[in-house]
Amino acid sequence: MSSVFLVASAFLASAVEFVEALTIVLAAGLARGWRSSLTGVAAATAALAVVVAALGPALTVVPLSALRLVVGALLLVFGLQWLRKAILRASGYKALHDEDEIFARELEDARSVEQVERAGVDWYGFTLSFKGVFLEGLEVAFIVLTFGSTQGSIPLAAVGAAAALVLVAGVGIAVRAPLARVPENSMKFVVGVMLTTFGIFWGAEGAGAHWPGSDAALLGVLAFVGLLAAALVQVLRRQRRATLTAAGAEA
Amino acid sequence: MSKVAAFGRFWWDFVVGDDWLSAVGVAIGLGATAALAADDLAAWWLLPVAVALVLWVSLRRATR
Repeated sequence: MSSVFLVASAFLASAVEFVEALTIVLAAGLARGWRSSLTGVAAATAALAVVVAALGPALTVVPLSALRLVVGALLLVFGLQWLRKAILRASGYKALHDEDEIFARELEDARSVEQVERAGVDWYGFTLSFKGVFLEGLEVAFIVLTFGSTQGSIPLAAVGAAAALVLVAGVGIAVRAPLARVPENSMKFVVGVMLTTFGIFWGAEGAGAHWPGSDAALLGVLAFVGLLAAALVQVLRRQRRATLTAAGAEA
Repeated sequence: MSKVAAFGRFWWDFVVGDDWLSAVGVAIGLGATAALAADDLAAWWLLPVAVALVLWVSLRRATR
């Protein structure tokens, strides 16, 4: 069960990050030329490979309880950030993530900058693409390494991330447009719930707590976090409606 | 800004982001869980409760 959960979590989280990276790479490619954009992708991929090669083996030698405590804490902090933003979006307090809008903005910014060539590539296009892929890829690497190492199977988490990469890159090459139809906001909500769930489960284990029912408790934690998030969305929606009604009555 | 400070700033933004309160809440929740577990008391329930509280406070601050 936890293997399915592991692959699904890595797949969903990675897909969201790859969709965002694709938007930036497309904007850089269309505005500044594909040579500089794809060189940026290649350089960022190489840099990420170095990070993973350095951190991956190091994580496997850390004692499991210490690893689960640190990873649980990091996932919780990371997951709460995702969940907080997802709840604010779902309740209307924060604008929904819109890939078409982000793409248009990136394209406009990229077209307004003067061309400067370094080592045969347009520097702005290269750095835009490099930063986009490296930062989004770093989140994927973080999720794969932390999920994988605490569950004792980095390759299994990597399978989920690789499947997401193949899918997003394949569709991106086919349509050559931002993947605006991907239900990114819903996916981010689910990923926030999953990261927080794993964070609670491993964090508590790492701190010395024992879950009733052992690994099966993961499902209970998942249900708790999911219901909590859904309830908070409802409460904030009601609060926002009340605030808007009161403001309308005053005007 | 020195390179070390910039490096630290990058990782702070990457992990903690704009909500330091959640990070503090998580640290307190984990510390309290470890303290209960060290005394051989049931500690599994504490972190879910702490997360619910931290999330609620963080959302209240964001929507004020």
